[in-house]
Amino acid sequence: MDNLETKYKVKRFSRYKSQIGLVIMTASIFVLFMITSPEVFLRGRIYQSFLSTVPFIGFMALGLTFVLAMGEIDLSFPSVMALSGFIFTITFQTTNSVILALICSILSGVIVGFINGTLVTSIGIPSIVVTLGMQFLIRGFSNIISNGLARTVAVDKTISYKIFVGKLGPIPAQSIWFIGLAIFFYFLLFRHKFGEHVLFIGDNQETARMMGVNVNRVKIIVFMLMGVTASLAGILSCYRMRTWWPTMGDGYMMMTMAAAFVGGTSMAGGEASIFGTFLASFIIGSLEAGIVAAGLSGFWTRFVCGLLILISVTVHVLVKRKK
Amino acid sequence: MDKLVEMTNIYKSYEGVVALKGIDFEVGFNEVVGVLGDNGAGKSTLIKIISGAHCFDAGEMYIKGVKINPKKYSVKMAHSMGIETVYQEKALADKQTLWRNIFLGRQITNKLGFINIKKEKEETDKIMHDVMGFRGIGVDVDSVIKTLSGGEKQGVAISRAMYFEADLVILDEPTMALSLQEVKKVLKFIQTIKDKGKSCVYISHNIANVYPVSDRFVAIDRGKVVGSYNHEDLSLEELSEELIKYTKVSTQINQGERIL
Repeated sequence: MDNLETKYKVKRFSRYKSQIGLVIMTASIFVLFMITSPEVFLRGRIYQSFLSTVPFIGFMALGLTFVLAMGEIDLSFPSVMALSGFIFTITFQTTNSVILALICSILSGVIVGFINGTLVTSIGIPSIVVTLGMQFLIRGFSNIISNGLARTVAVDKTISYKIFVGKLGPIPAQSIWFIGLAIFFYFLLFRHKFGEHVLFIGDNQETARMMGVNVNRVKIIVFMLMGVTASLAGILSCYRMRTWWPTMGDGYMMMTMAAAFVGGTSMAGGEASIFGTFLASFIIGSLEAGIVAAGLSGFWTRFVCGLLILISVTVHVLVKRKK
Repeated sequence: MDKLVEMTNIYKSYEGVVALKGIDFEVGFNEVVGVLGDNGAGKSTLIKIISGAHCFDAGEMYIKGVKINPKKYSVKMAHSMGIETVYQEKALADKQTLWRNIFLGRQITNKLGFINIKKEKEETDKIMHDVMGFRGIGVDVDSVIKTLSGGEKQGVAISRAMYFEADLVILDEPTMALSLQEVKKVLKFIQTIKDKGKSCVYISHNIANVYPVSDRFVAIDRGKVVGSYNHEDLSLEELSEELIKYTKVSTQINQGERIL
């Protein structure tokens, strides 16, 4: 009996092995940074700066985690970020209403997600193709309607500015929103009926269908959720920079995906880690600063980032295989 | 209402290919019916119609005396009428835990839709002991499905159907690709269905597996019922001979068609 109990304990422990590994990895990366550039990484300011920049990757990485969990992919989110940012900007400029601007902007993300989801489910086009097309389409669309020109948004005089990107003591507000969203998504994915359906669809779509899950509806909602997180990232970017620019979101695609993969969510679907995505967003978001502060040239960033992705994904796969 | 399922003169075709050509089929209360036939005989189509996955083109179907409108009938509706189907490959999701698989689609939730994990695990534990008889080593409610053996998986799927008060459990090739030991387990599960007063439709190629647990056998060939036998009327050998007779006839016809 004792044996059996320890066996279960070992099993329970191995379930969290992947995540424990990730915590250790995050800790060692930061310790390494502290050793290589103590003058930067032993002071609070750099962390404050991470807390203000990482949430943009983080929001979208959380949305992407849902998409990956259901065995699909979304490549359109960087463009959605730009489109939603633009819609937020012009709505605010013309109506001067923050609430209306927020609603219209988020709605644009929802609509793009709905179109993505519908093309994937009803027409049956693979999500990688649909969202690739959508990425170009929306980027082009926002360039056409904005004439390719950046715009300033005078949101810093509204109360909402404080709520979204102000500071709570030394902590940037957007990082609190990020933590809140991560907690909400955690409960949605692992404790809610909806999240369970997402995981089952990613695992075995036919099983989900046979057990009465409305597969198409769940998929469309997840694409809409991805759209909303991209919209939020776009809106927060506008708040933080007080500017909208046409290439907004460029460069976020690979970073966001890297965050999800390093966090332990696989492309195969059926398995995901919100906690992993949360931590990995900080790893990915802090690499450049850490590398530059260590005295290496910026060229090293991509190299190290690539190395990190390959190592962590290999470890995740090996840990799972052992189970 | 003396039959659980009653089908008369059912037709079904897929894009010009006629799969069922006027099938008459019935399942009584507390009856295990073995459905036998070759690949492409129409077995799967028949059960997909009963389970609500496909609708039929013509004919009549009654479930517990209620006439079924093929356009409105669905998997959900079949569930609510007490009909559960266990598909071999599709019954469970591999990477998910046992408790999640048991309650998929029928989660115990609060008003906001959040799952009561503690309750679901407790119930799963109960099901494992009372219905499945899993006192095995290494399988618990948190076990991931891919760590179970083929027979255990069938057991989980059948127990799930029983737990949700299915009156009719449809099994599609439940013993395919299983070892002898595992087949024995599955047959035991089918016996439990019978013991609990429920009905079962058991589809298989393998006569030897179907024979001991079925009350009645229905042989299907190329979209038609070609024979129906009671368990007590014939032995396993006699049943085999009956079936071989039909296969011979159909092979001859096939050869004839080829010559033509």
